[in-house]
Amino acid sequence: MRIGYYPGCSLHATARELDESLRAVASALDLELQELDDWSCCGATSGHATNHLLSLALPARNLALAEAQGHDRVLAPCAACYNRLATARHEIAADAALAARVARVLERPFANRVTVANLVEVLRELGPAITARAGRSLAGLKVACYYGCLLVRPAAVVGFDDPEQPTSMEDVVRAAGATPVAWQMRLECCGGAFSLARTASVVRLGRAILDDARRAGAEALVVACPMCHSNLDFRQSAMLERGEKPLPVLYLSELVGLALGIAPDTLGLQRHFVDARPLAARAAAEVH
Amino acid sequence: MSAPPSEAGSHHPPTLTAHLRATTGVNVAACYQCGKCSAGCPMAVETALRPHDVMRLAASEQRERLLAAESLWLCLTCEACTARCPNGCDPARVIDALREEAAHQAPRAIGAFHRSFLDQIRAFGRSFELGLVMTYKLRSGKLTQDVTTAPGLLGRGKLKLVPHPIAGVSDVRRIFRACEKEEA
Repeated sequence: MRIGYYPGCSLHATARELDESLRAVASALDLELQELDDWSCCGATSGHATNHLLSLALPARNLALAEAQGHDRVLAPCAACYNRLATARHEIAADAALAARVARVLERPFANRVTVANLVEVLRELGPAITARAGRSLAGLKVACYYGCLLVRPAAVVGFDDPEQPTSMEDVVRAAGATPVAWQMRLECCGGAFSLARTASVVRLGRAILDDARRAGAEALVVACPMCHSNLDFRQSAMLERGEKPLPVLYLSELVGLALGIAPDTLGLQRHFVDARPLAARAAAEVH
Repeated sequence: MSAPPSEAGSHHPPTLTAHLRATTGVNVAACYQCGKCSAGCPMAVETALRPHDVMRLAASEQRERLLAAESLWLCLTCEACTARCPNGCDPARVIDALREEAAHQAPRAIGAFHRSFLDQIRAFGRSFELGLVMTYKLRSGKLTQDVTTAPGLLGRGKLKLVPHPIAGVSDVRRIFRACEKEEA
């Protein structure tokens, strides 16, 4: 299987391990990722908070590139990019006048034909292949699946899972042989783009999420968004200084990679702030 | 988007509710103040105006008060309000439209973070995180924030030191100019 790949800015920087683990997993499962040539930023929060047309035109440029480069489906592993690309696709399809305005500023052919997929839905589709190749290395590992906001909301735009009772991440975790725990904070926002501008809010929201996951018996949190990872892993360092118990935060692709027996360093686990390598070592020990 | 005809020489449609209806499709008068949006809002404990307050003030044409409110810029657009509104009112989209309107009236209303972020895209076609952090620090005056965490990011290979502009950066800049002109 072949799919267009839109990494987004984070995957070339703070979320490098999401890119690395996804590429390793895709290669192991015969999924060919074709990175879009000359892709640009989706505009993220700053785009939609300040200029609606810009917030559609920036993603549309990338969807138009995907079309021109022969793709009918694009994978955006960053939940924020995914949400912006899917929102642009949805709004442009629903409103002919808006579509005309976007076409006017885009100045390139664009038929809005490309569909947008997120990390969770693509890994869920690969579930049977993951199970077939996964060993029992993750057996007994309890993880809390954290969706946050942008993967499941707004339902009219994303619509790949239930907005209040999603199950797709748990499906992938089970396919990889680990055990999802039942907990309450799976859909609460982590503070998104406020990591820099309002760090205290991010720490407040992050602490509630981490506490609830620990309470439910999770040994790790599993995420599918670079902002969630940064807010819950990087910003957890401030909480650890106050003596709180560390909770490793894994990208879903890293968890799948461990199940497939891929080396932790290939998956980028050494890049985390809260050390996830003891979990990986335990998984490796289970195999032998 | 079909904006209703505005008064000659005036940028705004006659009322805020009409403007919001034209730009977002939302009829703010349909909000019956159940407060479900605010119950699920992760920032409600920090904001003076909660989502249902924003809807009420919009419906009662409190334009000046709304556009000057810091609360607008504290919305994370997590979409919990919109997902849970029993009457399909979409507060998240309304808040975006109000922010855009506030920025129209006073570009300084856009905080240091958003301006710094958009600067990176304009300059390189992509977000350059180190540039974002430096520009934001200069703009906000928070010069010492995160100075102790930068080495941690660098040591983990998470911080690029040099930006790499994309080949199509001029195309991206042209899109910025065209959108600013269209929305003006």
